[in-house]
Amino acid sequence: MLASVTHYIRSDVLKLLEDGSLLTHGAGQATRYAYAEAIVDVGRRDPRVVVLDVDVAKSLGTTAFAEAFPERAFNFGIAEQNMVAAAAGLATTGLIPFASGYAVFLTMRALDQVRNSIHYPRLNVKIASSHGGITPGPDGPTHQGQEDLSLMRAIANATVVAAADPLTTRLATSAAAAWEGPVYLSFTRDPVPYLYTDDYPFEIGKAVVVRDGLDATIVAVRDMVCQALVAAELLRTRGLSVRVVDCHTLKPLDAQTILSAAEETGAVVTAESNTIIGGLGSAVAEILVENYPVPMQRIGLRDTYAESGPYPDLLVKYGMSTAHIAAAVENVVERKRARA
Amino acid sequence: MTVDPGTMPSDAGSARAVVNGDLAPLTIAQLERMAGTIRCDIIEMICTAQAGHPGGSLSAADIVTALYFRVMRIDPRNPSWPDRDRFILSKGHACPVWYSALAERGYFDKRHLATLRRLDSILQGHPDMRKTPGIDMTAGSLGHGLSVGLGMALGGRLQGRDYHVWVVLGDGEVQEGSVWEAAMAAPRWNLGNLTAIVDCNRLQNDGYVQDIMPAGSLADKWRAFGWTAREIDGNDMAEVVRALEEARAGSTAPVRAGTMAPVCIIAHTVKGKGVSYMEDVAAWHGRAPCLEEAELALDEIRRACAG
Repeated sequence: MLASVTHYIRSDVLKLLEDGSLLTHGAGQATRYAYAEAIVDVGRRDPRVVVLDVDVAKSLGTTAFAEAFPERAFNFGIAEQNMVAAAAGLATTGLIPFASGYAVFLTMRALDQVRNSIHYPRLNVKIASSHGGITPGPDGPTHQGQEDLSLMRAIANATVVAAADPLTTRLATSAAAAWEGPVYLSFTRDPVPYLYTDDYPFEIGKAVVVRDGLDATIVAVRDMVCQALVAAELLRTRGLSVRVVDCHTLKPLDAQTILSAAEETGAVVTAESNTIIGGLGSAVAEILVENYPVPMQRIGLRDTYAESGPYPDLLVKYGMSTAHIAAAVENVVERKRARA
Repeated sequence: MTVDPGTMPSDAGSARAVVNGDLAPLTIAQLERMAGTIRCDIIEMICTAQAGHPGGSLSAADIVTALYFRVMRIDPRNPSWPDRDRFILSKGHACPVWYSALAERGYFDKRHLATLRRLDSILQGHPDMRKTPGIDMTAGSLGHGLSVGLGMALGGRLQGRDYHVWVVLGDGEVQEGSVWEAAMAAPRWNLGNLTAIVDCNRLQNDGYVQDIMPAGSLADKWRAFGWTAREIDGNDMAEVVRALEEARAGSTAPVRAGTMAPVCIIAHTVKGKGVSYMEDVAAWHGRAPCLEEAELALDEIRRACAG
């Protein structure tokens, strides 16, 4: 049996991975709540931070910021366009607005404001976006932010970050405040397991290899990193050594880490609960096809809308479960070996 | 505060509107001549570029002139002065009027005006705060500016700065729903440091506003949202100056106990104002005059100024 070498993974998570029970028994937290807790600390350190809401402060938990700093919290009501453009105005005065809301409405209803009033003038606005991917399972497709990573990645001057667990979400929130320029932060509605140890080296634009492997690489983002870790462990029992990359920053993409993975493992699978069009899978494919093409397969929502249902069940029905990831890895390894 | 528009404001009356340091506030007659100069710049720029939006630039010329040469607290030598008044041209396509005012006011050399819309120019087809000194906010997508101004006003208050934020919108632009999101929000935060000026020139790209999407009484609509609204002749310099100065003075005085309502000035203007063949003609919304047409226009504007 192959040994597994991991980095920054908590010891209790390793044990749960071995037991095959991480997704059912792992302690977790929705990363929207991790953001809401983190922004209070960030706001305490930096008086320039202000938090804007669109009547979902209770949903994200940013009410805690409003209680701690009432004069620095602004609830715009149900008006994403107004909030996003007002965030741009606040940023011109030297403040650091975190404009909070849901992915679908921030990146689609207000996309024109996001593009023309924040990113084109490179204003220092942070978009704090919950309900990413299909993590709002029961709410159904109107609330499932399956395109946000694709849309934001297409915007020039964008920095797009989608952390995999509560700890790295906190680190991402802090890093975003310190980053000069717009940052899009994507959060989950449903809980994801605590994965990482405190020494996780979070840096915007730097993907992290969290599990070593030589037969193939899974590049995953946000809520799919834990799924990728489970799939990699499953594949270990089938004799495959699979690297896992937590690609928390979609833009700027860490091309070096991805190319190294392609060169060293020769087969790549991407995993996201975003649409397969334009998100992580597309970003990785673009890098590989222009530099180092290897057999590759994308896991993601396959150009359709999901439906209401428990998030884990949606992953199974719509082809994004650990079993689907594992099958995709076996497929790319087979293609790699056929080429050899 | 009521300022006699025919006289220079007294030192006492303009204690907060410390205008500019380097420039004494212009008299109404001087402002009218400056508006003529700016109208000439607009015609020359758009003719040289052979593209641009003359109609809505000309209609707003008196408002922008009054702001930059009398009302706003600015320092052209220090365009990023944190305490400066902010100006947003939410109807960004009318930027030739803004570029001309900035150049005439000394933010950058006038020779740049001839580079409008050219490759490598600092003067983009729509305002770009990263390319042009004095541009406080990028604009061009209609319906953003009032929200941006609201954010600037909130930011100013939060940081204890007493600058005023001025946003010029078009009467076609207010068809964008997001304008009304901002209209609803500004009174909720009592933003008396924010003034919206709707340049009601009655025309939009496709024709008369009244035919395309009539809005009824704009003043009633703004009042219903909690603004102090007034209607003026936006091409009458004395009226424009009086309304702007009162709006700025009002930002220091609570309108009702404990509240400070933002002010909306409904400025009735003539699209293409100053060039008779352009006046009230929708075709001149986004069309450049040829050389002969430009000469006619310049003649007419200069004669009006001389007279």
